[in-house]
Amino acid sequence: MSQETHKVLLLGIGNILWADEGFGVRVVETIATRYRLGPEVRLLDGGTQGLYLVDQVRWADVLVVFDAVDYGLHPGTLKLVEGEEVPRFMGVKKMSLHQTGFQEVLALADLLGDAPRHLLLVGVQPVELEDFGGGLRPEVQDQIEPAIEAARGYLDRFAVQWTRTEGALERHLDIPHQSLSIAHYLPT
Amino acid sequence: MSVQTPNGFELDNSGRRVVVDPVTRIEGHMRCEVNLDENNVIRNAVSTGTMWRGLEAILRGRDPRDAWAFTQRICGVCTGTHALTSVRAVEDALGIPIPENANSIRNIMQLTLQAQDHLVHFYHLHALDWVDVVAALKADPKATSALAQSISDWPLSSPGYFRDVQNRIKRFVESGQLGPFMNGYWGNPAYKLPPEANLLAVTHYLEALDFQKEIVKIHTIYGGKNPHPNWLVGGVPCAINVHGTGAVGAVNMERLNLVSSIIDRTIEFIDKVYIPDLLAIASFYKDWNYGGGLSAQAVLSYGDIPERANDDSAENQLLPRGAIINGNLAEVHEVDLRDPEQIQEYVLHSWFSYPDESKGLHPWDGITEPNFVLGPNTKGTKTRIEAIDESAKYSWIKAPRWRGHAMEVGPLARWVIGYAKGIPEFKEPVEKVLTDLQLPVSALFSTLGRTAARGLEGSWAAHKLRYFQDKLMANIKAGDINTANVDKWEPKTWPSETRGVGTTEAPRGALGHWVVIKEGKIDNYQAVVPTTWNGSPRDPSGNIGAFEAALLNTPLAKADEPLEILRTLHSFDPCLACSTHVMSPEGEELTRVRVR
Repeated sequence: MSQETHKVLLLGIGNILWADEGFGVRVVETIATRYRLGPEVRLLDGGTQGLYLVDQVRWADVLVVFDAVDYGLHPGTLKLVEGEEVPRFMGVKKMSLHQTGFQEVLALADLLGDAPRHLLLVGVQPVELEDFGGGLRPEVQDQIEPAIEAARGYLDRFAVQWTRTEGALERHLDIPHQSLSIAHYLPT
Repeated sequence: MSVQTPNGFELDNSGRRVVVDPVTRIEGHMRCEVNLDENNVIRNAVSTGTMWRGLEAILRGRDPRDAWAFTQRICGVCTGTHALTSVRAVEDALGIPIPENANSIRNIMQLTLQAQDHLVHFYHLHALDWVDVVAALKADPKATSALAQSISDWPLSSPGYFRDVQNRIKRFVESGQLGPFMNGYWGNPAYKLPPEANLLAVTHYLEALDFQKEIVKIHTIYGGKNPHPNWLVGGVPCAINVHGTGAVGAVNMERLNLVSSIIDRTIEFIDKVYIPDLLAIASFYKDWNYGGGLSAQAVLSYGDIPERANDDSAENQLLPRGAIINGNLAEVHEVDLRDPEQIQEYVLHSWFSYPDESKGLHPWDGITEPNFVLGPNTKGTKTRIEAIDESAKYSWIKAPRWRGHAMEVGPLARWVIGYAKGIPEFKEPVEKVLTDLQLPVSALFSTLGRTAARGLEGSWAAHKLRYFQDKLMANIKAGDINTANVDKWEPKTWPSETRGVGTTEAPRGALGHWVVIKEGKIDNYQAVVPTTWNGSPRDPSGNIGAFEAALLNTPLAKADEPLEILRTLHSFDPCLACSTHVMSPEGEELTRVRVR
C-alpha cells in the first residue's frame, strides 16, 4: 500500500465562533502551523460549508475529518471512527448544521462515484457549545495534540511524511485568517 | 380566534397546531408553527428563529479591519457576502475610497456567489420540493431524452446518458443510503411532474453539483482561497501582475483567462440547463399559486453591484435599490439606510429587551440585550417548547421594518422593483417567462414566482460577470493595476469616533451592517440580515413578516407530510436550518421535518 501515492485530505469542520464547535478547524490550523506535508496532502478549514465541500472530498482517496461530535461520552473524550461507520456517527445526534450537511456530502460524493476509499473521523466530545464568541474549553483544547497523533498513526499506513517546521506558517489551501487564529482570537 | 393584521392578513389560531425545534441558540435554527383548519389549510403561521445576535458582543473592542473575517464565519452559506458588507461598512465609516479595479473584482466576487448560490439552491436545496426522486426511477430514458432535447440544446441528452444516471440513482437508493434524498415525501400527491421530467431534473441535480465547483474557482483566484476567501478594507487583497508568471498571490494573465473561461461556461450552464429546467418544472405547477408572502405589497432592496466605484447613488446600482409599499408598483420609494426613521428594529415579540419596546431602534442605536421569556399560553418548558405563545416574545430574530412596514427581501423583491421601475433587463425576462408559461403578472407573487425570479437573477448575474470581467481587463490594459487604497490603513489616521453602514444584496436578500468605531476599535456592530426581514416575528402593531404571510391559506395535500410548507419556506432560501413538527390537536407530534 505504501508504494502507491494517495491523495490525502485533512479536513477540519465546525464553527470557530461557537466554542468547542471550532475543534476540527483548530486541529487543522495547528497542523498547518507546525508541519510541512507532501504535495498530495491537503489541509482544509471547511468551516460550516456543507455541500460546498463535496469537490474537495471527491478529490481525496484518504479523508481524515476532525470535528466535535456528540458521542454521548464524557466531555473532552477523543474517539476515532473508521470507514463505513463514519457517516452514521456524523448524523446520529445533530449538534449543528454542518454535521448533517457533512453526512450528505459523503453520500453525494458516493453518488457521483468519487467517495474517498479510506475514511477516519477524529472526533471530540464537546464541553460547551452555547458560548457564541467563546474559544475551546481546556479539556477540548487538550485533545488537539492527541488528535494530531491519532491522525499521524492512521496516515502512517499511507506513507504520509510529516516534516516539522518551526514558526513558519505553511501556505495551505485554507486555514483561518490571521485575525481568527488561535493566538489572536481570544481573549477579546 | 380570528384577527386581522394591519398589513392585511387574517390569522386564525383555533385549528390544530404545528410546531418547533427546541429553541436553543445554536447556529441557524428556525422553528415554524402553523394552525390548520378542518380542510388542512394553514390559517395561522408563527416563525421563530435563532440567529447570531451574539455577533455584537464578539466584535466589540475588535479591530474594524478584521471584522470581515469574523462576519464571514457567522454563516456557512453566505460567507463572502457578509465579508463584503463588513468592509463596505468600515470604509464608509472611515471615508476610504476604493480603486475602480477593486470595485470590479468585488462585483465579480458577489456575482459569482449569486450565480453559484442560486444554482445550488435550485437543484440541491429546493428542487426536491417539486421533483420526486423515486418517481424518476420509473422514467423512460428515451422519452426523457426527447423531453430534454425539446427544451434545450444542452449536449448531454442521449437516451443512454439518462439510462446510466437512472441506474446510478437506482443502485444508490437500493443500497439504503438515501443521503440527501432521505427526508423526501416521495409519492406525495402534491408532486405533479411526469416521471421523465423527474429524471431530467435529478440528472441535472448531479450535473449542477459537479459544475458548481467550477464557478467558485473565481473566488479562489481573486480571494486567494475558498472557502473563506480573503477581503481587505480599502480594496481587494489580490495584486495584479499581467506580466508575471509566478509571483506569489498575484493574479496574472493565465489566471485572468481562466476566470474568463469559467464565466463562459457558467453562462452556458445556467442558460441551457437551469433556466429550461425551471420553466419545464414550473409548467406543471401553474395552478399551485400559493406563497406570495409580502411580495405583492411590500418589497425592499438596498441595491448592489455598483457600476462605478465610490458612487452610492441609486442610479449607480445595477441591482436596483428601492421600496414598494401598499402594493403600489407605480411608486418605488427611495431608501436611505442612514435615516433613523426608515429602518428600525422592534423587539416586542423577540427575545431581547429595549427600554421602550413599543418603539423601534435604528441599527446604529441598536441594543442587543437577550431576554428569553415565554408567554403564558406556551405549552411545554423553556428547554422543550411544544407550542409557542405568539402573543408574547417568540423569536431570537428582531423585527426590522421600513417606515413601519414589514417587507419581503430577496430575488423576487429585487425583480419586482426592477420590473416596477421598468428597467428593460428586469422587465423583459419577466414578461418573457410569463408569456411562455401563459401566466398573468399576478403569478409572479407566489412561491413559484420567487423561485423563477431567482433563476432569472442567476442568469443575469452570469452575464454581468462577463461585463465586469471585460471591464476589469480593459482597465488593466489601459495601465491601471491598482487594487487597494492603503492611505488610511493606520488607525492614527482615523477620527476618534465615527460610524458607517455597508450593504449588499446577498443571494437571499438585503443585508446591512452598521458599525460604530471609537478610538480605533469597534464600539457597536449590528447586522440586519435577509432572513431577519423575511423571517421576522410580529411587530407592536401586529404586522406579520414574509414567512408567516407566505404560509397563510396554503392547503396541505397531507397534513402529516407538510411538503407545501417546505416548498414555500425553501423558496426564500432561508439562511438557517428550519425544523417543523406537525402536532395533532392533543399535542401529540405527528411528524418532524428538517428543512434544509
